[in-house]
Amino acid sequence: MGERRTWPIHLLLIAASVIMVVPFAWQILTVFKTTPEVARIPPTVLPQEFSLHAFETFFSTVPFWSMFAVSTGSLVLRVVGQVAVAALAGYAFARLPFPGRNLLFGLFVAMLMVPSQLFLIGQYGLIRDFGLLDTLPALAIPGMFSAFGTFLMRQAFMNMPADFEEAARLDGANPFQVFWYVMLPMAKPTLAALTVLTGLYSWNDLLWPLIVSPSGENRPLPVGLAGLQGQFGTDYPTLMAGALVCSIPLVLVFLLLQRQFFRGIASSGLKG
Amino acid sequence: MGWALLFIAPATIGLVALYLWPFLSTFVKSFQDVPAFGPATYTGLDNYVELVGDGEVWKAFGNSALYTVLVLLGIPLAVVLAALIEQVSRGRSVYRVLFFLPVVTLPVAVGMVWRFIYNGDFGLLNYVLSWFGIDGHYWVADPRFTIYAFAAVGIWMGLGINLIILGAGLQAIPKAVYEASALDGAGRVRQFFHITVPLLSPSIFFVTILTVIAALQMFDLIFIMLRSVNNTALADSKTIVYLFYEKAFVQFQQGYGAAVAIVLLIVIMIATALQFRLQRSWVFYG
Repeated sequence: MGERRTWPIHLLLIAASVIMVVPFAWQILTVFKTTPEVARIPPTVLPQEFSLHAFETFFSTVPFWSMFAVSTGSLVLRVVGQVAVAALAGYAFARLPFPGRNLLFGLFVAMLMVPSQLFLIGQYGLIRDFGLLDTLPALAIPGMFSAFGTFLMRQAFMNMPADFEEAARLDGANPFQVFWYVMLPMAKPTLAALTVLTGLYSWNDLLWPLIVSPSGENRPLPVGLAGLQGQFGTDYPTLMAGALVCSIPLVLVFLLLQRQFFRGIASSGLKG
Repeated sequence: MGWALLFIAPATIGLVALYLWPFLSTFVKSFQDVPAFGPATYTGLDNYVELVGDGEVWKAFGNSALYTVLVLLGIPLAVVLAALIEQVSRGRSVYRVLFFLPVVTLPVAVGMVWRFIYNGDFGLLNYVLSWFGIDGHYWVADPRFTIYAFAAVGIWMGLGINLIILGAGLQAIPKAVYEASALDGAGRVRQFFHITVPLLSPSIFFVTILTVIAALQMFDLIFIMLRSVNNTALADSKTIVYLFYEKAFVQFQQGYGAAVAIVLLIVIMIATALQFRLQRSWVFYG
């Protein structure tokens, strides 16, 4: 393939990349315009008078830092919970025989195939009955338990050689010690993939937070942003500023941890 | 044995309390009238009978089906782009990052940005179209276009994920196959159709399954581009999951909402089973 030219391919890919990037570029240019300028026909490309008004409006009307704290807090709770619960269960399904193991695993797999909407009414009822509506744990709790995470961890443990495990057992380690000191460190790539996937899903989720934050207290970023849009329907610079500020944290994390993100997606395909 | 129970207990308790039980309760509620306050009463198949005669439900399933079919058009696009990225050595990671950006942007923010681009009066899209002498439209507010406009965003948002999964599939194709066919004088286009597509078909199938399931569950764009700003196009553009949300959590008709969810489950199961049937004729397991 060495002698083949690649510039026509680059040309096509650059054209496609432009379509990917233009909406973000347009968003960033809009942020620095004034509201009347945005309504001009034809639109101006560069801001005619550079304005930071949009950021001021956004930060003075929206409790950004409290929303950011709620999003981050529920993400940490959900990720730590899910990774711990799924790693333990995945290890048992892969390595510790017990009666009814296949049956129970079948139940997990069955739940994996049911769309999440089928659980929402019952989950909402539980959260409400425990008095947890509008709280941070409400956002995180259902997502701490994941059939998908359990499935992923089981795969990881099943693919590991048994030698180390047996050696540790002969040295007198109990099953938890074997799990904690020997097996878990070897599962690091899968743990990272699961962390990234769960984090991404937690950060982006809109429907569940909408349902369990009826009063608007303890709102995570997506719910708050949706509220901003209702409030400032046509003040596009403010809306674009809000969308930008709320999106930047995860984009930065992605730029730092690209490999983990790509690995996570490749190992599963996160959708819905 | 005791250890196994300790390991398995947290996940099992969570599974039963937060998934199995809610699933069963949704199933039971679909046969009940559940008022916002007070006890539920069994009404047999009433919810389902009402649902079959409800024009809004049919409309929502029609919208979701149209959206799903349109978003599937993004898959050939993703296959071509994944193959192109695989051909270049320099800049590969830059392209991957650029295509992935919409995946790591809040979907709510994506909806806000595209609502602005689609604006009928001063949106970027109409401006760009005017360069080519094409008339502008109210892409979101005019129900003739809403679902199409959303599908374009859906494709744009999903491309990054599809490219990663397809890229992993491409890397599993042995280079020797390409080298052998190049010796036989096959050009790039020929190789794409005769090697890449057949050998990649298991990954394409996987991506198709995921895309259909996700598209049938579309909610965020509807909520952010129509509902949060009380756009009147909402009445004609509801998707099935949006309708479920509205019935169960806005109007608090949880019995009816549960019936909508059960029908969604059945539709997704049929759509997935159908694809597994169809794969026999096009997916190639080497």
